[in-house]
Amino acid sequence: MYQFAYHRPDTARKAVNTAAKAEDSKFLAGGMTLLPTMKQRLAAPTGLIDLSRCDDMRGIELKGRNVVIGAMTRHFDVAESDIVKEKIPALADLAGMIGDPAVRHRGTIGGSVANNDPAADYPSAVLALGATVITNKRKIPADEFFKGLFETALEEGELITKISFPIPSKAAYEKFRNPASRYAIVGVFVAKKGKEARVTVTGAGSGGVFRASKLEAALTAKFHPKGLDGLTFPAEGLNTDIHADAEYRAHLIMVMTRRAVQKALAK
Amino acid sequence: MPKVSMTVNGKPVSADVDPRTLLVQFLRETLRLTGTHVGCDTSQCGCCVVHVNGVAMKSCTLLALTADGADVVTIEGLATDGKLHPMQEAFRENHGLQCGFCTPGMIMSAVDIVRRKGSELDEKTIRHELEGNICRCTGYHNIVKAIAAGAAAMAPAAE
Ligand SMILES: Cc1cc2nc3c(=O)[nH]c(=O)nc-3n(C[C@H](O)[C@H](O)[C@H](O)COP(=O)(O)OP(=O)(O)OC[C@H]3O[C@@H](n4cnc5c(N)ncnc54)[C@H](O)[C@@H]3O)c2cc1C
Ligand code: FES
Ligand code: FES
Repeated sequence: MYQFAYHRPDTARKAVNTAAKAEDSKFLAGGMTLLPTMKQRLAAPTGLIDLSRCDDMRGIELKGRNVVIGAMTRHFDVAESDIVKEKIPALADLAGMIGDPAVRHRGTIGGSVANNDPAADYPSAVLALGATVITNKRKIPADEFFKGLFETALEEGELITKISFPIPSKAAYEKFRNPASRYAIVGVFVAKKGKEARVTVTGAGSGGVFRASKLEAALTAKFHPKGLDGLTFPAEGLNTDIHADAEYRAHLIMVMTRRAVQKALAK
Repeated sequence: MPKVSMTVNGKPVSADVDPRTLLVQFLRETLRLTGTHVGCDTSQCGCCVVHVNGVAMKSCTLLALTADGADVVTIEGLATDGKLHPMQEAFRENHGLQCGFCTPGMIMSAVDIVRRKGSELDEKTIRHELEGNICRCTGYHNIVKAIAAGAAAMAPAAE
């Protein structure tokens, strides 16, 4: 790790003010991604703004027809939350599948979404549920938030404070995990709200999480595994790496989508 | 250099640290508590698991400064009055280790599993919960057995 100055503000507002003054610094949330990246010297911020004392960024609330989750809420708390389990069980389920217990005890939803790792789980839920990413200065709809590998609409020094998830009528997440890292080789989140079905895919796309519009149309017509009969997914544009090639990932997308729809209907 | 203070195994400690200091370095190098191991340094293996405010965390992926003010328990803090903790005893009884490198992290994770899931643990739960702890020697069977036995031994004595 290269040297950095350490800041530990105790509110979101102070964190943003510190970021405005300390150029080239980064927010430190759970550190589950940022610290390993700094150890490998792939990131070298000159300052770290530790958000762990910003209690105003933590917590889960039901607000009308939305579940609103503070950016510093840990994966473990989302997985165990009564509100999330009741209103969006698929989201609790997803959070419980991230990494391992010690990772879930530190990693946060804000960190995961800001990082936008192409194999991360949360981005698929944010996009499929049509969530809104709330920052210190604006509200960003999910469809405008994810911009490609590790790229988001966030500007320099912009802080995610909350994420607001509209409650779907049905939803489920299915993930084919890499057995070593536990990241998604392919993860599919399906959600149905009113008549509209949304299907998002993580782990597979060379540009990160994406909506599978053909599958969305099929499931909007018929929200049932049978609605997918006869459909295949094109391998073009999907990742090939040591874990799986593009054809295999294309196949897995169909399998995970079917399973997710089945799971959503079973609830 | 900023100052960090915390409670480790019941004792208050403090020191001036470089902000880059990881909790595991603080424990091993500053406090000389070398029971907490570093197996991978990439957050994968779980050899470095300690309890921070009662919760299992990987101390190789946590800044000492983030743990300022925390109550930290390491493997050295489990035994009381020279008597092994029931989970440690269960690892000994069930041959839950070979080289022993992963053992401190396994035991700290195991105690955390009992905190969250209670003292009656089936094999499937234990294996799933151990996903963040890697052992290169045992093949896990005896670790799983040890944790089931240790968990049962940790149950509050029946009236
Ligand atoms: C062993 C292991 C296994 C894992 N397995 C999985 C898995 O299966 N699935 C999965 O999805 N993830 C997995 N992860 C990643 C984990 O979920 C991380 O917690 C997550 O990606 C980053 O969250 P964090 O809170 O640790 O963020 P940090 O590492 O602290 O930060 C990540 C980035 O986001 C920025 N940031 C953080 N918070 C904010 C904010 N509020 N506003 C703006 N920017 C912010 C930081 O500046 C940094 O650039 C794994 C990690 C490990 C170590
Ligand atoms: S040394 Fe911390 S997880 Fe391996
Ligand atoms: S006993 Fe050797 S690594 Fe587990």
